Amino acid sequence: MKYPENYKYTKDHEWAKLEGNQITVGITDHAQSALGDIVFVELPKLGRELKSGETFGVVESIKAVSDLYSPLAGKVVSINDSLVAEPSLLNRDPHSAAWLIKIELKDVAAFDSLMDSKKYISFVETLK
Amino acid sequence: MTTTSPLKRTALFEEHKKLGGRLIDFGGWELPVQYSGVIDEHVTCRTSAGLFDVSHMGEILVSGGDAERFVYHLVSNNTSLMKTGQAQYSILCYPNGNAVDDLILYRLEETRFLICVNASNTEKDFHWMKEVHELGRFACKLENVSASYSQIAIQGPKASEIIQKLTRAPVSEIKPFHFLEDWIAGVSVITARTGYTGEDGFEIYCPWTEGPKIWNALLEKGGPLGMKPCGLGARDTLRLEMKYPLYGQELSSEINPLEAGLGWAVKLDKSDFMGRDALIKIRDAGLKKKIVGLELKGSGIPRTGYKVFNPSGDREIGSITSGTQSPMSKKSIGIAYIETEFSKVGNKILVEIRGNKIPSEIVSTPFYKRPH
Repeated sequence: MKYPENYKYTKDHEWAKLEGNQITVGITDHAQSALGDIVFVELPKLGRELKSGETFGVVESIKAVSDLYSPLAGKVVSINDSLVAEPSLLNRDPHSAAWLIKIELKDVAAFDSLMDSKKYISFVETLK
Repeated sequence: MTTTSPLKRTALFEEHKKLGGRLIDFGGWELPVQYSGVIDEHVTCRTSAGLFDVSHMGEILVSGGDAERFVYHLVSNNTSLMKTGQAQYSILCYPNGNAVDDLILYRLEETRFLICVNASNTEKDFHWMKEVHELGRFACKLENVSASYSQIAIQGPKASEIIQKLTRAPVSEIKPFHFLEDWIAGVSVITARTGYTGEDGFEIYCPWTEGPKIWNALLEKGGPLGMKPCGLGARDTLRLEMKYPLYGQELSSEINPLEAGLGWAVKLDKSDFMGRDALIKIRDAGLKKKIVGLELKGSGIPRTGYKVFNPSGDREIGSITSGTQSPMSKKSIGIAYIETEFSKVGNKILVEIRGNKIPSEIVSTPFYKRPH
């Protein structure tokens, strides 16, 4: 249950949840745990067109800077402003309240190309 | 081509695992970067106490009739002022004045000095010391005794109270930069009132294999007083809030101690020491660059290597050597190596973060000042 089964995942440790032609994007529990105390978040401007795999922002812990990568191609239609004021939400609730952005997909079918939760869990296992 | 050798472990490795420390490769040592979290550990050290395994640090022993004459010639500070039982911070310099390392000397006896050096520099320092030793024909012996000592730092306002529960020696009477050879938990130790956090505290040297005994005894007594084990992450943010230099960042073979703001530990009026002549010339010519503390006024966190620009943003004047968000003030703070003309407190400069030049200001340091 740790990694929702209706989400898809990337090797960059982001999750995506599909609703209509939009995905909500966040970082995984593994990512927040590896980063440690998150103290800074930088998110893109609304309307920005992202390619699949393109850098769209950063999260920073006390120690490190980590880029955020778009799981799929599309347009940024919503950003989670509350994270900028409260980055530590990413440590506390990475799979839900601490979502990062919503993207209107160019190609909804591409969603199925991402890893499902089972695959992601075994991917994370290989990193240990 | 790189070869990977197995990571070195301190005598406390199993304790770190038991405590859930997150182990990383730190310059070839497998050490915990954090246990409960960097911010929690940092704040705990400032408000109660933090316990650090710093056994990876190197120790070099100088002993014999010429020991004092040798260390006087070797390092920048005035070692002849040290009495037995005193410790002193100093810089080890090359003849060109740049830094081989920064270190702490402990005068164990009239003719015996223990020198604590940075872990990753131990071999380099030892070789350099042997070179200096051979050139000068000093009647003293140099030994790399790093593998003989575990070193545990206990830092924070409760440190003294916690150690006192484990020894009869009057630890609260040890003055800063002094030490006692005493017993803690039945183990023969050197208890020095030194540290790298800006808090009151102690660094305890004990025989390598006795590390876990001291560590666990301190945890047992300190736990009820709120003390927690701290990793290298908090060690770095604590020293950064104090603007203490980290070798390789604020002090290096490229940055001399005068530029690093460590002139107080460089006694140019000494009759001689390695690097003295060069440092006198550097001082007389005026410093071109300096290490300064800065604070970001805009959004972002300064990080090592970020470029620093003049106020109009058309000229690069230096770079960030260390930066973080201060766990105490929550401000974005950094240490930078910049041209001297911009180094005055209150000066405005710009720090480039991902292509944006962020307004910043030179501030007085340390960034954090202890209450009381």
